[in-house]
Amino acid sequence: MAEVVIKTEKLTKRFGNFTAVDEITFEVFKGEILGFLGANGAGKTTAMRMLIGLSTPTSGKASVAGFDVYHQTENIKKNIGYMSQRFSLYEDLTVMENIRFYGGIYGLTNAEIKAKSEQLIFELSLEKQAKELVASLPLGWKQKLSFSVALLHEPKIVFLDEPTGGVDPLTRRQFWELIYAASDKGITIFVTTHYMDEAEYCNRISIMVDGKIKAMDSPENLKKQFDVNSMDEVFYQLARGATRAE
Amino acid sequence: MKQFIAFVKKEFYHVLRDKRTLLILFGMPVAQILIFGFALTNEVKNAKIVIVDQAKDISSQKIISEIAASHYFQIENTIPDPKQIASAFQKGTIHLAIIFPASFNDDLMHLHKAQIQIIADASDPNTATTLTNYASAIIGDYQSGLNAKISVPMQIIPEIRMLYNPQLKGAPNFVPGVMALVLLLVCVLMTAISIVKEKETGTMEILLVSPFKPMLVIIAKAVPYLFLSLINVMSILLLSVYVLHVPVKGSVLLLLAESTLFIITCLTLGIFISIKTNTQQVAMLVSLMGMLLPTVLFSGFMFPIENMPVPLQIISNIVPSKWFYIIVKSIMIKGVGFSVIWKETVILVGITLFLFFLSIKSFKIRMA
Amino acid sequence: MRTIKFLLQKEFKQIFRNRSILVIIMVMPVMQLLILPLAANYEVKNINLSVVDHDHSSFSKKLISKITASGYFKLQSYNASFKDAFHLIESDKSDLILEIPEGFERDLVRENHQKLFIAVNAINGTKANLGGAYLTQIIRNYNEAIPVKWLPEAAFTQSSIIEITSSNWFNPFLNYDLYMVPGILAILVTMVGGFLTALNIVKEKEVGTIEQINVTPIKKQYFILGKLIPFWILGNVVFSIGLIIARLVYGIIPLGNLLVLYGFIWLFLLAVLGFGLLVSTYSNTQQQAMLIMFFFMMIFILMGGLFTPIESMPNWAKVIARFNPLSYMIDVMRMVILKGSGWKEILPQLWKIALFAIVLNTWAILNYRKTS
Repeated sequence: MAEVVIKTEKLTKRFGNFTAVDEITFEVFKGEILGFLGANGAGKTTAMRMLIGLSTPTSGKASVAGFDVYHQTENIKKNIGYMSQRFSLYEDLTVMENIRFYGGIYGLTNAEIKAKSEQLIFELSLEKQAKELVASLPLGWKQKLSFSVALLHEPKIVFLDEPTGGVDPLTRRQFWELIYAASDKGITIFVTTHYMDEAEYCNRISIMVDGKIKAMDSPENLKKQFDVNSMDEVFYQLARGATRAE
Repeated sequence: MKQFIAFVKKEFYHVLRDKRTLLILFGMPVAQILIFGFALTNEVKNAKIVIVDQAKDISSQKIISEIAASHYFQIENTIPDPKQIASAFQKGTIHLAIIFPASFNDDLMHLHKAQIQIIADASDPNTATTLTNYASAIIGDYQSGLNAKISVPMQIIPEIRMLYNPQLKGAPNFVPGVMALVLLLVCVLMTAISIVKEKETGTMEILLVSPFKPMLVIIAKAVPYLFLSLINVMSILLLSVYVLHVPVKGSVLLLLAESTLFIITCLTLGIFISIKTNTQQVAMLVSLMGMLLPTVLFSGFMFPIENMPVPLQIISNIVPSKWFYIIVKSIMIKGVGFSVIWKETVILVGITLFLFFLSIKSFKIRMA
Repeated sequence: MRTIKFLLQKEFKQIFRNRSILVIIMVMPVMQLLILPLAANYEVKNINLSVVDHDHSSFSKKLISKITASGYFKLQSYNASFKDAFHLIESDKSDLILEIPEGFERDLVRENHQKLFIAVNAINGTKANLGGAYLTQIIRNYNEAIPVKWLPEAAFTQSSIIEITSSNWFNPFLNYDLYMVPGILAILVTMVGGFLTALNIVKEKEVGTIEQINVTPIKKQYFILGKLIPFWILGNVVFSIGLIIARLVYGIIPLGNLLVLYGFIWLFLLAVLGFGLLVSTYSNTQQQAMLIMFFFMMIFILMGGLFTPIESMPNWAKVIARFNPLSYMIDVMRMVILKGSGWKEILPQLWKIALFAIVLNTWAILNYRKTS
């Protein structure tokens, strides 16, 4: 049985009268790529923020990498990587400087930082831009850089929030190749997206509608279950009755 | 036109939803009026002083009690040794020391001439001068009392009448200044920053792509601040009349009209700044350093312009708030009509038009 | 501890790449120190005087020339009537009207006393007060000089005179700059330290990079330290530039020990930065942060004792002034620079500022939440 790295039990987040995340219960296994799907406003980002320690749940239980989300958020943070929806590297620092900064923050030694930054720059073919300000990179490169920086400290789990928004198809493919490479190394990937074709790339998918998880299984099984040919269709079937549009 | 109103409505939503900012925008004039009206005064009173009374005789005691009775002074201490004066000053609370020599009364009675030494902490020159003058006046009165029986011939008696502000209150001077300051702040700063913020976040482009004259988009941004500022003008006037008891002697309508003119001048200035700058930080820098500081300095309400070196006086002429301050003072405190302030009004209109055309030109250049 | 090193590296790189911040640090002190003292001059001089002389005697003319020779007044006009002169006051061309009645010289000799009429535009109370005082003094001097020429000395031998010698310490020339410059320097340091700190953190909030920081295991104390230290250093730089300008341009050489001065500044900066920090935890946008800072700065500056004395304020205002860190700074600046006060003398201000620093920073740290 694969190790469980994320476990939630009736996890809920309420803002006043509004229930953004409604008693979601699920498990994520080590090394898998979990696609966290849903329409805009379904509650994906809110759920993720609870798991990475940015937001305290209203009720329910959850643990990430074995640590409790209520009381052990700092330990969680040591073991995870995160790439936010809005690009979060420093635009006024160079590529190298950003890498060095985050490496240092996560406690890597100088030697480790040096080795990893060289490796990262090589893998992303950013040799020419290494000393350029991040602001000068095109969006796709920024996203890839962001992802790689999130992996610098070899975290157990990486959370990606809509990582490929606004990026061309080729870059998206490259990006997913990076994700696969990470997954091969045993890193668990938790990615939210509303691109249904990306859903096909994941090991398992969960679909959130109106704050609840309406389905959670592999893409093939879901397609069989709903008797459709594409994830698009699966999603459409589930989201049709949604009351929370964007 | 309907579209313009739609834009203005959206801008109002932006402004009204930021409750924190709104609180400060409305609270600032109130705070300023209260501070200026009640807390700030150039009057010197209850100044702490020390006395070195080496005489301890009838005359010195009499003078000391006169001084103690005066509300200008508060005798903090009597010290035996003049050498301790320096350290008293250094502690920072004492402003003045008065020394009576040991033979004071004797000298006065027998030689008809005695000395008193006044030592002032002149690190604050004005207070030093004022306190020295007050002390000298009290001593001078005592001297006159001694000589009362001897008639002094040929006395010129000056009669002074204080115009417009007989009680020498600070408020009539400050209220017009506060108005200029607040209007400038809200209009220039807020307008500039809110427009530049859209530039920074990229939402400006979306607006510019709409089938809409770009300049109207920007003007729509300024409109909420026009209303905000008018509300501020009213609140300042209400506070001034009912709390500070400084009435509006002249026409309120004229005052409001001129205020609207000045508001438009400031808004245009804000728009101009927003066209020329690209980040909020820079817009803030320019507005604060470039606009606020000169307003406080050169409008004439905090520091008299005629004291400044000539080049600065010339610079003060291009600061719109200087003219507005004159206009408000004239209408509110002196009660004069348009005939007296038409010149200043024309200057303001001129500045506004100049800024407006400059803005349009710069805008077109940006777009091209 | 290492994390602080990385944080500082990042902060400094960002600061030096940001042109507008460098402008603020370099240009603002220079500008403020050069222009403000020039403008912020409360000395009263060049008062515009209109004279209505109904007497036209050599007596009245002598009086007028004595007045204009004093240097305080600028003769704006000779008017035939009070009404004419009043128009000048209405249009702000004149500040003061001196009206000498007809038969002034003649009646003074015949009846032993005579009145002079003075009307002052009192909208600016200080100016009116001092202007009136100067004029009265000149008239009095003139008055005392007359009898000496006209009457035999015997009339005076019995009167007693108290001679007053006055001296001005620390600022013998009553140079207003000496008074203003240290205070302006204090304001400068406060504004730079406070504003920059507040805006910096809020900008990270606005852009989103703060979220990335919140997801890392950085302890929030380290993060905050990483923000405080660069601006603390910058505050010192601005202060030092200011001291140099004060020396070069105004000839102000601190009488007291520089170590005392800097020691106080170090604590003061901590308090100011703590305040900026606190404001940033309550703001979501740069606009908000800036406005809130400005609101408080304005109150601090106005009630700091730079422009008007705190002692003259009503009691409720004095209480507020006691919570104003800037007022202590202005006091200490003046005390140390102009009067040479030392550690012992500034002890009361010192521990009060230390208290501010501790309270503000602790409050800010408690307020800052990595998890919302």
